[in-house]
Amino acid sequence: MNAKNNASEVASLRSLSESLSAGAVKSIDLVAEALARIDRFNAELNCFITVSGDAALAAAEEADQLITAGSAGPLTGIPIAHKDIFCTLGTRTSCGSKMLDNFVPPYDATVVSKLKNAGLISLGKTNMDEFAMGSSNESSYYGICKNPWSPERVPGGSSGGSAAAVAASLVVASTGTDTGGSIRQPAAFCGISGIKPTYGRVSRLGMIAYASSLDQGGPMARSAEDCAWLLEAMAGHDPRDSTSIDRAVDRYSANLDLDLTGLKIGVPEEFFSDGLSDGVAEVVRTALQTLEAMGGTLVEVSLPRTSLSIPAYYVIAPAEASTNLARYDGVRYGHRCANPGDLEDLYTRSREEGFGDEVQQRILVGTYALSSGYYDAFYKKAQQVRRLIADDFASAFEQVDVIAGPTTPSVAFPVGEKSNDPTAMYLEDIYTLAANLAGIPAMSIPCGFSEGLPVGMQLLGQHFDEMRLLALAHQYQQRTDWHRFVPPGFEV
Amino acid sequence: MSVTSDTIREIASLAKLRVEEEEISSLTERFNTVLALFDELQSANVSELAPMANPLDATQPLREDFVTEQNQREAMQEIAPSVSEGHYLVPRVVE
Repeated sequence: MNAKNNASEVASLRSLSESLSAGAVKSIDLVAEALARIDRFNAELNCFITVSGDAALAAAEEADQLITAGSAGPLTGIPIAHKDIFCTLGTRTSCGSKMLDNFVPPYDATVVSKLKNAGLISLGKTNMDEFAMGSSNESSYYGICKNPWSPERVPGGSSGGSAAAVAASLVVASTGTDTGGSIRQPAAFCGISGIKPTYGRVSRLGMIAYASSLDQGGPMARSAEDCAWLLEAMAGHDPRDSTSIDRAVDRYSANLDLDLTGLKIGVPEEFFSDGLSDGVAEVVRTALQTLEAMGGTLVEVSLPRTSLSIPAYYVIAPAEASTNLARYDGVRYGHRCANPGDLEDLYTRSREEGFGDEVQQRILVGTYALSSGYYDAFYKKAQQVRRLIADDFASAFEQVDVIAGPTTPSVAFPVGEKSNDPTAMYLEDIYTLAANLAGIPAMSIPCGFSEGLPVGMQLLGQHFDEMRLLALAHQYQQRTDWHRFVPPGFEV
Repeated sequence: MSVTSDTIREIASLAKLRVEEEEISSLTERFNTVLALFDELQSANVSELAPMANPLDATQPLREDFVTEQNQREAMQEIAPSVSEGHYLVPRVVE
């Protein structure tokens, strides 16, 4: 495959918004076309767990009326998708788990209601690793989602369905969540853009909890510009999420041409260490040269504790997960085993039947890390190491404005290659985990191809500096067209 | 650091997860592979550092104490596996 000949005109939130407001296209047609594409490709890709066709068509009719009446917003009538971790009133929200196969939430997540209020239409819910625990989408109860660039390869995870759906042009944008790289890694593997905002920037209400001190929702789309539009609509203070930050949301979309002359871009040597594939290294180094040619100055920085982010994360995240997932007990909602003998049997069998292997493994690790006698050695120590990692970033940001490097050590790996080796899978997250531990914003944008597969460049910023990341990514995308490459066979 | 099969049984009991006896040895092996990953943590010198529970070091926000939520018992119980007269039903606990 010659990926270089593959850039094409692709729809964007802006182009669809302009076509809708000019009357060149109706929302009902956009929704019907998207549903037809999902119908055509979903059996092959398995991006969607649930498709909400009727509800989407009804919402499109309402959107068209608003547009005709002149009372629509810029995003009114554009179809998107939600990762199946966001609660949707009246629509099954499975979180990729048998445990929640029958769960129809009685309320919308704040992200869902904010995007609905902005006029966006949900086409359905996208596939994901079970309870967002995974980097390959292989742990989904609903089967693996395929990477549109190569069906033998994983789309990444946990937001793999969202990334694959955007890459295959089934939707123009989708929501995702990122606890240790779950927006950025699948974005990189599928050749799209995605941003994990600062912790607390996007409400976690109704976003099914995995590791509460790390989880953060964000947008996934082809371009940084579309991410800016979507993040602007998603972000903001939510009094119903006690970790949500009460701080005004920047006008990301209006500041994409921000003057970045003289921007100091830190390049951490630890991100170009032994585990990085030569192909990815070469592509990312070329992308860094482009950033330099745009007027940036590359500065070598050090994040010496990068390797510690793996053990710190894989203690903290399972510990918090074991607590969060204690709520699934077969009593109030979710899976209940048949004919429980007694209360203990009800709890233990419902949980054993409802949770897959990786989730059970992480619950056990987390329970161990929090158990009496081990708390100091594991959870407390991991949280202390977390501060070291955050301090590394703070020192680096005294010298530079942003940090750039690879998103992943390799391109999308083959299905099954790492699924039986948890530590090999965990090492995949080496470049993404630290941003979650430090709570800083980080995004991945496509920057080229290696082995015919997309490569992602990661941009990391200081707390609440999403605007600069998005502007840098947008200006890079004005000079390059990697974000407009469409996998063969999925051209519109 | 590594754990034995007995520890796995004890943790599973604490986590309210039923584990089949024939799965114990493979589960223990997998568990120990993950634990080995954590050894690196012990080498970090962090004795003087305060644990970081929130990446922004934010504390719990407070608000006026007034009712913000309405009772939604019926909506919540509609999705429960087994309810009767407003109660969640579980196997009998007291004979």
